[in-house]
Amino acid sequence: MTMKKLLVGLLSGVALTGGVAQAADLAIVSGDTGNGLAFLRGQLDIFEEQTGHTVTIVPMPSSTTDQFGQYRLWLAAGNADIDVYQTDVIWAPQLADQFLDLTEAAAEIVDEHFPSVIESQTVEGKLVAIPGFTDAPALYYRTDLLEKYGKEVPTTWAELHATAQEIMDGERAEGDNDIWGFVFQGNAYEGLTCNALEWVNSYGGGQIVEPDGTISINNENAVAALEEAASWIGTISPEGNLAYMEEESRGVWQLGNAVFMRNWPYAYALSNSEDSAVNGKFDVAPLPAGEGEGAKSSGTLGGWNFAVSRYSPDPEAAIELALFLGSAESQKARAIQQNNLPTVQALYQDAEVLEAAPFMAAWEEIFQNAVPRPSAPTQANYNEVSSLFWSAVHNTLSGNGSAAENLEVLELDLQDLLE
Amino acid sequence: MRQRAVAARWFLLPMMIALAVVAGWPLARSIYFSFTDVTLNDLYGAEWVGFANYLQIRTLESGRVIYRGVLADPAWWNAVWNTVRFAFWSVLWETILGMIVALVLNAEFRGRGIVRAAILIPWAIPTIVSARMWSWMLNDQFGILNDLGMRLGLLSAPVAWTASPDTAMLAVLVVDIWKTTPFMALLILAGLQMIPRDIYEAARIDGVHPIKQFWAITLPLVRPALMVAIIFRVLDALRIFDLIYVLTPNSAATKTMSVLAQENLFQFNNFAEGSAQSTLLFLLIALFTIVYIWLGRVNFDAGDR
Repeated sequence: MTMKKLLVGLLSGVALTGGVAQAADLAIVSGDTGNGLAFLRGQLDIFEEQTGHTVTIVPMPSSTTDQFGQYRLWLAAGNADIDVYQTDVIWAPQLADQFLDLTEAAAEIVDEHFPSVIESQTVEGKLVAIPGFTDAPALYYRTDLLEKYGKEVPTTWAELHATAQEIMDGERAEGDNDIWGFVFQGNAYEGLTCNALEWVNSYGGGQIVEPDGTISINNENAVAALEEAASWIGTISPEGNLAYMEEESRGVWQLGNAVFMRNWPYAYALSNSEDSAVNGKFDVAPLPAGEGEGAKSSGTLGGWNFAVSRYSPDPEAAIELALFLGSAESQKARAIQQNNLPTVQALYQDAEVLEAAPFMAAWEEIFQNAVPRPSAPTQANYNEVSSLFWSAVHNTLSGNGSAAENLEVLELDLQDLLE
Repeated sequence: MRQRAVAARWFLLPMMIALAVVAGWPLARSIYFSFTDVTLNDLYGAEWVGFANYLQIRTLESGRVIYRGVLADPAWWNAVWNTVRFAFWSVLWETILGMIVALVLNAEFRGRGIVRAAILIPWAIPTIVSARMWSWMLNDQFGILNDLGMRLGLLSAPVAWTASPDTAMLAVLVVDIWKTTPFMALLILAGLQMIPRDIYEAARIDGVHPIKQFWAITLPLVRPALMVAIIFRVLDALRIFDLIYVLTPNSAATKTMSVLAQENLFQFNNFAEGSAQSTLLFLLIALFTIVYIWLGRVNFDAGDR
């Protein structure tokens, strides 16, 4: 009896203090690249003004692999120092146990977002994170160079190879020795999984592990895709491309040293900045398609989300922050200033967004071709699957075994891991 | 005398407690984890599985026998080979170069103090910082090494030092040797300064050639210091992690035991397997240390006689 009274007393006390919004000290991690950190700070300033909470940014390395290792360790140790995590779209199934269920808190706004994005963040009926922005890569191309050589934007990878080679040879003959045809993300890391999944999928070669769990990677179309990609290294792409991540390829591109680049939308605003050598001389298009049966353009679905740690000492304020950063207003600002693609569908018809980033209208087509990485069917093993895949691809690109050999071994490794 | 021994024990106690807490307990725990099926999502619900993480022999329904576990994993043996190769070549070159630097610094010349301080700079820079610095210098498009090589006509095309499997290990070795030679030089220099000057004077009066002086006097007398310096470096090299993690994190050509263990522990869902790899790494280092000290002592005795 007394116990119950005590509980009631405690609960009403909680309700009372909950009513008077208390200022909380929150911490959010960010591995943002380019000017992303400054943008985040700006949004947090607005949040601080609205709510009276204070938020500290804990900067992280830009490599998603490094971030994941660190977060996993912190979460396993029950670290209470970080309240809100920025999570990659593929992490939801792996870290679901450590994040709070946001289904109730987000009940009113989930319908505003793309259903596929909400679905990707829902694990066994639990909404793990609030979408912040979505991502799908594009082919960046130099309008001035294509015009100079009278070329169309390539629609297949083979066309891209031919066009890139011709322009590169022409420019080199004119004395520009630093120019390359195509740069992408070829380092052995998650980014290569994204790039190679696009090649394989665009050739109709499936998505490594299909949604029903079938291991599909060892097929002729996938082999053809990797053979095409391997032929770029040393011809239209520098050999060092095998060590590039997003920022290295953007570095080459933004100095005006590449005809084509595969990258995420974040590079659009930066490439148009004043000190950029390609300012006003480029445009974007969907990635090229493969060849043969089932060929189509495809782009890997990316995107970042805001998740609230189970160990946050102030979960209510932390949820408030996650909701704020995923809100339509915040996403609108992000779309205008950062050119990140919103997950709120209505923003694609928003006049201000389209004025600031006219290319976003074009992304609707890219989105229809977006392919998810196989994080759902592989669950907790996703990182190892991805690592096996990127290693096989990296070996193929660096001439260490043929595409057919490497994919055969990969199939065997995946069977061992998943079956 | 007895009182002194008792007092000594009391003075040692805090250190023993500190060691047990910061080294003993984590070590015991990761050895324990290596015999369980623990994952990072569920650290406290682990069940005992015996040696399954190290080696398990399973007979399939078809009658085929397969081996699983760290000891049957080619990736592990590749990492062991990379580690041993790295340790051998880096320590060998660091010892040779460190000896040369120490001999030079042991000589009397003007500004010796400044040179001694300056040579320590690579050692004083944190590894992460120097690894990042080198990764930019080794970059194929913006890197200064390729730029120099091209300008001097040594390279016909820029080389992607850290990306190509042929040069990745070389790049890591160069950076490690650059960084750690000063440490070797310092330890050897300390040993050189213990050698009494009059031995050299006697040798000079007897007309012994300087090269013979080195082999007959310097090397035997500096040997105890050299042995200690080498063991420090080998232990360091066997557990190399930071440099490789920054320079070539996912290249199979340079992946060492520590890098592989970290990957399994924190990137993949294999906390137990990663623990088994850490345990094996620990055993390997312990074994090496014991053998080295044992062999080293035998040699010291022979030298004394």
